[in-house]
Formats: sequence, C-alpha cells, structure tokens
Amino acid sequence: MTRPGVAHFVDQFSRYAETLPGRGISWLSQLRRDAIERFVAGGLPTTRDEDWKYTSLRAVESRRFEAAAVPPSSVNVSALAGVALPDAHLMVFVDGRFRPDLSYGAHLPHGVLLADLGGLLAAPPDWLEPLLAEDADGGFTALNTAFMADGACLRLAPGTELAMPLQLLFVTAGANLAVQPRNLIVAGAGSRATIVEHHVGLDGRAYLANALTRIVAGPGACIEHVKLQQESMAAWHIAGVRARQAADSHFTSGSIALGGALARVGIDVSLEAEGAGCELAGLYVADGRQHMDHHTRVDHRKPGASSREHYRGVMAGESRAVFNGKVIVHADAQRSDAFQANHNLLLSDTAEVDTKPELEIYADDVKCGHGATVGQLDDDQIFYLRARGIDESSARALLTLAFARDSIDRIRTASLRRRIERLVERRLPVLQ
Amino acid sequence: MLEIRNLHVSVSGNPILNGVDLDIGAGEVHAIMGPNGSGKSTLAHVLAGRDGYTVTAGEVRYRGRDLLALPAEMRAREGVFLAFQYPVEIPGVGNVYLLKAALNALRAHRGEPPLDAMDFLERVRAKLALLDMSEDLLYRPVNEGFSGGEKKRNEILQMAVMEPSLAILDETDSGLDIDALKVVAGGIEAMRSPERAMILVTHYQRLLDYVVPDHVHVLARGRIVASGDRELALELEKSGYAGLPTEAGAELRP
Repeated sequence: MTRPGVAHFVDQFSRYAETLPGRGISWLSQLRRDAIERFVAGGLPTTRDEDWKYTSLRAVESRRFEAAAVPPSSVNVSALAGVALPDAHLMVFVDGRFRPDLSYGAHLPHGVLLADLGGLLAAPPDWLEPLLAEDADGGFTALNTAFMADGACLRLAPGTELAMPLQLLFVTAGANLAVQPRNLIVAGAGSRATIVEHHVGLDGRAYLANALTRIVAGPGACIEHVKLQQESMAAWHIAGVRARQAADSHFTSGSIALGGALARVGIDVSLEAEGAGCELAGLYVADGRQHMDHHTRVDHRKPGASSREHYRGVMAGESRAVFNGKVIVHADAQRSDAFQANHNLLLSDTAEVDTKPELEIYADDVKCGHGATVGQLDDDQIFYLRARGIDESSARALLTLAFARDSIDRIRTASLRRRIERLVERRLPVLQ
Repeated sequence: MLEIRNLHVSVSGNPILNGVDLDIGAGEVHAIMGPNGSGKSTLAHVLAGRDGYTVTAGEVRYRGRDLLALPAEMRAREGVFLAFQYPVEIPGVGNVYLLKAALNALRAHRGEPPLDAMDFLERVRAKLALLDMSEDLLYRPVNEGFSGGEKKRNEILQMAVMEPSLAILDETDSGLDIDALKVVAGGIEAMRSPERAMILVTHYQRLLDYVVPDHVHVLARGRIVASGDRELALELEKSGYAGLPTEAGAELRP
C-alpha cells in the first residue's frame, strides 16, 4: 500500500521532473527515476525504523509540500544584512535556487572551482556523475536525489586553499515548499577550506528543507564544515552530512541546531585510510515543542584513524532531543582511537532527551571511550554567582551559555564562533 | 553593622541554630569557632542568603535593615560577602569575567558606570600581587582545576575586588598548608579597615595567629555558648571544645 505522503511526492515528481535542471541528460534522468522508485518502495522512515524510533514524521507525511515556489520569493540584499558573515565568500539560495544577484565571492585561487549545482547539472562535467551516485540510502536521500535542483559545488585542486570561509546561505521564504539542496565538496590532496552551511527561514513559515552535503577529503586535506540551522520554528529540517576521508585528512564538523519544529541531522563519516581524523561537535538548543535529533555514524575502516565527538544540548519547555552516536570499528581498523560525548542540560521538568551511544568494535587493539549525561543547572553554582551580586536569571543564563560554550569553542573560525555565541545568547531569556 | 537577635534556623525541619545573638560593629573582626556540626557554616550561609534554610525565629539587621528580607544577590550588592569553604568550579565562565560581572553588578547597584577594561585590570592586578597569584588564573574558568590553595586565594581575590562592608569567611583556612595560610591571612589582614567588619568562621585557631580577632565566640548546638577575646581561642586550642571550664563546657558534652 502506498502511503499518502509518498503518493504526493510521486505526484510532485511527475509534475516537476521536466522542470528540474539537466532534464535532457539521460544518466541524470535515470538517477532521478531510480531514486523516486526507491522512495516509493521504502517511503519515509517511520518510528518502527530503529534509527527513527524517537522521531515521528507523521506531520511531514500529512503535509502537501510544493516542489517549486510559484512565484519565486522576493528576497533582497538588505534582508541578508546581519546574516551574511564578514570576510566570507557568499552563495545565496532562495527557496532552493541559486541567486547570483545576492551572492558574492572574492577572487578564488587558481584550481578552486565554485559553482552552483543547478548550472552544473544542466551541462554536467564528467566528474560529476560518480559524486551524485548515492551509496547510503533512505527515504530522504532518495527524495533529495529525485528533486535536487541546486546547491553548491566546491572543488579544490590539490594544494589549494580557500583563505576565507565559504558561506552557503539557504533562505526559505515561500510557504509550504519542499526544498532539496545538494552540496558537493571535493577536496584534493592537501587542500584546505571552511564551509558554512547556513539554513534560515522566514518566521512562521511551514516548509520542508531536506539538505544533503557530501564531502570527499583527499589525502592530507583539511576541511571544516559548520552547519548553522536557523530554520523557521514551524519548519521541518532534515539534513545529511556525509564525509569520506583519505589518509591523513582532517575533517571538522560543527552542527548548530537552533530552529525548526523538527530538525534531524545525520552525520556520517567514513575514515577510509590511515591517519584520517575527524572532530564532530554539535550544539542543539530547543524550547517550546521543538524536536531535535542528531544521528552520527563514524566508520573506522582502516588502522590508525581517530574520531572525536562532542555534542551538547540545551533544552527547555516541552522540547525533545535525540542523540544517537554510532561508532563502528571494522576488523581491519587496529589502533583506532574513538571518543564520543553527549551532554544535555534540561532547563525544564517537561523537556526530554534520549541519548544513546552505539559502539560496534570488530578489532582488538582499539581505544574507544564514550560518555553521556543529562542534568540540570547546578544550585551550588547559581548560589555562588548570586553571592557575587549576579541576579538569579543572569546567573542561569550565564551558566547555560557556559555549558553551550564547550561546543561553540570547538568551531575554528573565530567570526563564526562569535556569531553563534550571540545567537545562543539571544535565545537564553526564552529558555529560562 | 550587624545585629543578630535570637536567630533560629532549621534545615528540612531540623533545628540547626537555636537562638544566636551577636553584635558586630564596623572595623571589628569576630571569630566564630565551634566543633563540627555546631552550626557555624549554617550561620555563614544564612547571612549570605542561601536557599534551603528556614528562619523560624529572630532577626538579622545589617546597617539597620532587615538582611533576611533581601535575596542573596542584593545582599552581595549591599556589601555582604561570603568566602566559601568549598569554592564552586564553574567551567565555561572565565575567572576574570566573573570578577568583572560581580564588580559591575555592585557598581550598577550604586548607580556607578561600569569600570572600563583598563581600570578594571589594573585594579585586579594589584590584588593579584597581594595574594601572590599568577595572572593566568584570571583567564582560566572559575576555580576549575585550581588547587585547594588557589581556590581559597581566589575567594580572597574576589573579596579584595568587591571590597565588601561585611566579609564572612567560612573556614577559609581549611585545607591550606602553612605557606598558603600565611598568604591568605596576609590578604585578609590587608582588608582590615575601620569601615569593614569581618567574621572568621573557623574550626581551628591557627588562622587567628595571623589575623588576630577582636572577639572570639564559641558556637555549640546552634547557640553562642562563650564569648571572649583572643585568649578564648588559645584556651580552646589547649583543652578542646569539650574541655571548656564554663557553663559552655557542660553544654558541649553530648
């Protein structure tokens, strides 16, 4: 039986497939058709799927999202003031489509290609096809592949470096849209870059953002990817970040989740050669009835790789959070070094969190550690601050920010760190 | 400066203080001694405004005002300072940030503008030198990873920066080796002034070798059972609390 939510997306596909970029390209059309078939067969995940046990998509299924904004939303440069980062290359996407008029980039070094995926799909270069073929699966991946229309593609030739961060700003302004951005970051040997994937939405708008970012880090490459999620509080945000790492590459991932009625981030890292290392950090801040879900999966496939995970959650109201951290140390991967921590601060009696480390270890010479805590603000700390003249609500705000700072401080780009700290600070009065 | 009248306090229904009377004038240093469980720390915490203590009778007046009616932060802003027996670690909050927030909270309360960064640092550096503290302690999270001695010095540093009218030092000498004790005592002694009153809560009299009190009180079973001068502390050291040859001695025996 086809579920109603599935039938709607299939109907949307038959209506919009011909308008998607690259419609004359046979392999691409085939890729999209295969994806929609996989989606029909599998549907959206349900709470019967182990990985979605605590995250219900019923609300998403009952909506009838539109694949394209008609007419396109008008967003002007002044609306972006305060959102664009200082000293960064900026690519703006409105309702899922690239807006060159709002974007700007300083001169890029020779060997760095930065393009909008929509343009590339219309006339795809040879190297694009293998990057779009999906290995990992699931309903949202299939949907994204079927509908992907735009996103950023960054290709770094060996040894090149992007001195300024690249900000990919996804603005959703239209109501009831389903946007499906796809980003590709391919980092050649020894290259370096910081990419900020920033999602913002117009207040009160209900829409679905289903984003997928794939990162391929060549030998010795050093890539920082920070996802800053500030969707509308009525939106659904589903995102995947999938990284593959070659020898001695380094990948830093930050996931700052602030918005959305429901926000789910899946971060999958495959450590495919010796000396690869990743540091994953995250912070989710939720209140009201927000639902925040982080699922991470790190595969140690070869010897001598390391992974570090530091996720923190601050939750108020009747919000709910899920953290699931899977680490798989494959049989070959001796001398793996993995650590994972998830700490949660509950600011109300009605907030809830489900945290679960999952370690699967098939090698014998490994170092794996994990820890998870759920707690409240410490009365002794609050009194200590009050005894120094700081009023109670300021003390609580200060301690909450202090808790969150552990995650924020792990972001390497200073301007971004300050921005995030201010965003969290601004949320504090609502949380107390 | 401080008048405590017939103060009765209980914690979850258990009476801890059973009628404490105490008068402390500006410029005076009072030591409150007593065996474990006598209510010394309770008295210090009640004066500072900690939650969880029920005042069942009596009153406390500070500069003529009802101290117990003020929330903890207002007491601090009005010049009451508690140096904690166990200073709390606060990861994620820089020591210098706390000092600045505390000082500016006091200044705002007095209607003064916040101190600018340079004046503030100058002021803090002078106090650091007095306490033989290294400047990098300022830039570490509050008390996190501090040694026992560093934590106690940090309390005195906060006191020195906040310049309270009434300082309550709860077992500030506990856990200090003799060198650290001398430094901390020097810091306290330097804060003595005709405008400032101090209460030294202590189990042992050794701190009193370096900060000589004007008055010594013995607290037992929630009441002040003996008061005297420095000689009383020395006598206690010799004979112990149970050996007090007074009416108090009888009360101290179980």
